[in-house]
Amino acid sequence: MKIAVCVKQVPEGTKRIDPASKRLDRSGEGALNAYDANAVEEALRLKEGSGDGEVVLVSMGPASALDAIRKALAMGADRSVLVSDDAAAGSDLVATSYVLAAALEREGADLILFGQQAADSDGAVLWAAVADRLRRPLISQLADLSIEGGHVHGKRQTEFGYDVIDAPLPAVVAVSDAINEPRYPSLKGIMGAKKKPQDVVGLGELGLDPARAGQAGSRTAVLALGAPAPRGESRTIEDDGAAAGEIVAYLEEKRLL
Amino acid sequence: MTTLVFLEHHGGELLSGSLGVLAKAASLGEAHAAVLGSGVSGLAEEAGRFGASKVFVVDDPALEAPLPQPRVDALAQIVREHGVDNLLFAQSVLASDIAAALAARLEAGLNWQLTDLVVEGGELVGKQPALGDSVIVDVGWKQAPRLALFRSGAFDPVETGGQATVEAVTVSFEDFSLAAHMLEQLQEESTGPSIEEAEIIVAGGRGLGGPESFTVIEELAAALGGAVAATRAVVDAGWYPYSTQVGQTGKTVSPKLYVACGISGAIQHKVGMQGSGVIIAINKDPNAPIFEFCDLGVVGDLHSVVPKLTELVKTRRAG
Amino acid sequence: MTVRPADYPPPAAEAVGPATDPVDERIEVGVAIVGAGPAGLACAIRFGQLLEESPEVAERLGEVPLAVLDKGKQPGSHLLSGAVMNPRGLRRLFRGLPQAEEFPSFGEVHGEAVYVLSRSNALRIPPPPTMRNHGNVVVSLSQLGRWLGEQAEEVGATILPETAAAKLLVDHGTVRGIRTGDRGRGREGQELGNFEPGSDIVAKVTVLAEGTQGYLTDAAVKQFGLEGRNPQVYALGVKEVWKVAKPLDRVIHTMGWPLRTAARYREFGGSWIYPLGDDMVSLGFVVGLDYRDLELSAHDLLQELKTHKLLRRILDGGERLEWGAKTIPEGGFLSLPRQLHAPGLLICGDGAGMVNVPALKGVHYALESGRLAAEAAFAALQPGETPTRVGALASYDEAVQESFIWKDLEEVRNQRQAFAKGFFVGGALASAMTVTKGKVPGRARATEPDAEQPLLRSGRAEQYPAPDGRVTFDKLSSVFLSGNKTRDDQPNHIRIAEPVPRDVAELWAHMCPAQVYEVGDEVEDGMVTVKLAPSNCVQCGAITAKGGRLTPPEGGSGPEYQRT
Repeated sequence: MKIAVCVKQVPEGTKRIDPASKRLDRSGEGALNAYDANAVEEALRLKEGSGDGEVVLVSMGPASALDAIRKALAMGADRSVLVSDDAAAGSDLVATSYVLAAALEREGADLILFGQQAADSDGAVLWAAVADRLRRPLISQLADLSIEGGHVHGKRQTEFGYDVIDAPLPAVVAVSDAINEPRYPSLKGIMGAKKKPQDVVGLGELGLDPARAGQAGSRTAVLALGAPAPRGESRTIEDDGAAAGEIVAYLEEKRLL
Repeated sequence: MTTLVFLEHHGGELLSGSLGVLAKAASLGEAHAAVLGSGVSGLAEEAGRFGASKVFVVDDPALEAPLPQPRVDALAQIVREHGVDNLLFAQSVLASDIAAALAARLEAGLNWQLTDLVVEGGELVGKQPALGDSVIVDVGWKQAPRLALFRSGAFDPVETGGQATVEAVTVSFEDFSLAAHMLEQLQEESTGPSIEEAEIIVAGGRGLGGPESFTVIEELAAALGGAVAATRAVVDAGWYPYSTQVGQTGKTVSPKLYVACGISGAIQHKVGMQGSGVIIAINKDPNAPIFEFCDLGVVGDLHSVVPKLTELVKTRRAG
Repeated sequence: MTVRPADYPPPAAEAVGPATDPVDERIEVGVAIVGAGPAGLACAIRFGQLLEESPEVAERLGEVPLAVLDKGKQPGSHLLSGAVMNPRGLRRLFRGLPQAEEFPSFGEVHGEAVYVLSRSNALRIPPPPTMRNHGNVVVSLSQLGRWLGEQAEEVGATILPETAAAKLLVDHGTVRGIRTGDRGRGREGQELGNFEPGSDIVAKVTVLAEGTQGYLTDAAVKQFGLEGRNPQVYALGVKEVWKVAKPLDRVIHTMGWPLRTAARYREFGGSWIYPLGDDMVSLGFVVGLDYRDLELSAHDLLQELKTHKLLRRILDGGERLEWGAKTIPEGGFLSLPRQLHAPGLLICGDGAGMVNVPALKGVHYALESGRLAAEAAFAALQPGETPTRVGALASYDEAVQESFIWKDLEEVRNQRQAFAKGFFVGGALASAMTVTKGKVPGRARATEPDAEQPLLRSGRAEQYPAPDGRVTFDKLSSVFLSGNKTRDDQPNHIRIAEPVPRDVAELWAHMCPAQVYEVGDEVEDGMVTVKLAPSNCVQCGAITAKGGRLTPPEGGSGPEYQRT
């Protein structure tokens, strides 16, 4: 069984927004998106459980994203494909899903895994857009998953509880961070990572139109940055025995009771 | 400008988050709603009472389970047939999947985690908190249709008592949309919500003085119907489990209400809860940093304030 | 009763032993380098250069000829310095190559000023001859480390980040490699779901380039009896990186306030403020850990320093970007190990104490010592030779003794000790020593280990400024800016005696810039427990100098420095 895992490099350290570009300052060091580690771990467990198969990492980003990818290879993934092209910089959801879907189509995996969200955009959305482009069934927020008889089966976490969902392969699955505890790469894994095949491809090799990627292909825009509204009137009072009553009055005013 | 709002429902009722977004849409102009499911025609009328002038209903057994992909087919069809300018969603697990897939299907821009939507300079602008809510980003769309996901609880429903015209829509679904099946639906037992999903959290810190004092926190949480959380300091000291730790190296939460008892508000804790809707802090030390970012701060002894608060809450709720 | 931290030593370290993994599970590498700092990476780079020209040696080293381990998230994560660097070390390492000029730097020093501060004034004095920085460049050591890591990989080194070196593998009087630390243990030491045991890494040559307070270096020195003439002594530096509104046009050093000048306090140190390009500055405060005032807090003294008008002018309108702390070995020449090698082992850089205190320089010595270590290791790996033969690596010591490292350190050998007599007397002596190139005064002065200093209390803690969140900051928010996100449920990596006298516990509470220690409850007459928050630790090493011991926590823990 071939499993593709979509991974992303996100900025490390205290995050800042660059006031010039109004985007996240990515000039510092990058690291593997922590949530993607759950997806990589799940892929490795499935491969180890079935005794054979291949785990391919698919990513889109600048060449420096290879560092983050290397960590996932050190965990045990077999190879990686990075789509790196200047024309893809600044892609929003529409543009990113366009590029990733093409890369994934080329891989022809039985199962495509995503992590719960991207730590840099707090967006928990990419897999749904990719699944639609690939015209494959989608299950997200899985806290538990198994593969049986060509189907993926799992417990999807929602606000109300768990739904047990089943879908035939090939399918797109997004795992929640509750699904597993990612392994630490072993030393042998770290040392072997750089020998694994790491392809870097541009948009052209995927037959993609640059006008549909990057800022050009994006349908959303960042317009401005502002300070958050101050938290409304902020009050501090001393307790002289009546504070509890004041709190209740406040809660009622805010319709929280 | 027509705005369509996806109204999510559960257990036979429209969710208040969706109705809140409908109220917002109505404030911007003509607001339509979409109700999708099996045996849901009865919900259409409610949509009218909460601000929709028109409700599209897709009633089909394929929509019985709360799965995203058939809903994408339905909404895509409605958008194409009716020239919708804006399509709004209250964020949820289901709505996020639908909205993102629609963005790909319609090649339309989607902005998420929005707390507001305004018209500035003739254009629709979304307000998106970022970096742990320390900055607000203005985001826009290059063209219609504009898709938006709003943070849970961003708007309150407004009952206008109006009436909506109902239009039934028949949808033909894609094969791949119907491939996933729901086998079982398991409700969570009500031992109380987990802190990540809780709408109300009462948290305890060093100021409690000892593990026995957590009963005071638990009682307030139970009275408010919320979950209990802890700071790193008390988890380190073994007073409460690590699964309840809120902060940089614990969980990040953004409930509607966060009551911080005996918590100083060091940044390691702040980054885990600063996105909360309303923050109330009770602490003996008037110089505690938490008083700089809470909405209502009480300088006092939590052992005297919190039990009183619990009693008053119980009374209010009973009455 | 005078209390000395040295009277309450921590439990003994168990950092030396034989390999324990089954033979076929041991990881074999050619040369294992512990520490991806300037010394370790220079060693890797030089060794890689030599290997490129020498296929016969490369063959002997197997699939992984060269491995560099670092306990931080990546090279640079645990590196912190000022720094004004003498480019000599890099130029020798990359002789004839573009990298000799193309390394990350913030440019040459354009001007400098030295001030003696009082609370309300700054008296400018001519820079002492040892502190002149013409021709030197301002760098971020963390950035430089990252860049050196990339250069090392280019010549075939395998970098193993997030890997702590927990034990030195020794058998039959020979160093065989190192054992890495376990990962995935819980607070009580229990194995968690993703537990990954450490591994024995077996190498033909092991190079210890651990930096200040090297855990295995200390064990190796004891194991092989390599102690120098004087015990090593340390200083603690606390640093911040700021975005500034107006460019700073010169390198600044200060002495005096807020340190006390009377000899009984033994407060030796000062501060630096360096421009990092046009829009940032690096500033920090250093104090010798032989201080006696148990209320002394280097972090708070840095905050106090920023309230001085000289600093206010520079930082006005700016924003604090990063914070960090690290110790510096200050014993100089007389504290160097008497020998820097043993069978199968080489010791480099700050781990050996190669720091020129009066000139505030150490990076170029680290680079040069790493380079020389590579050459010695390479020579000992030639066909017909073996690095485990006693004396096979002696050429390293010979090379170091012929190098500028030795010459510089010997020249300034007594300067640091002179300051033990207090700032003013010390200042005059230091100048005299510089002018006569170390010959006056003639005899060596003893230095006591920092933990043997008796403690006194001055009441100065009341004067520390309350943090205002704009210019002055508390310890916890500072730890946050170091990028420290250490997992809380790890085993405790700090070793201290318990209970201890209250004075010692208070000493540690003030000393630690990361607020790891807190005075606990009284258990018997005057003795208290100590409450620890080990996940705050930024691994500066101060505790090891003042009566406890820092051991390497789980790999990947601690700060994630970017521009320090």
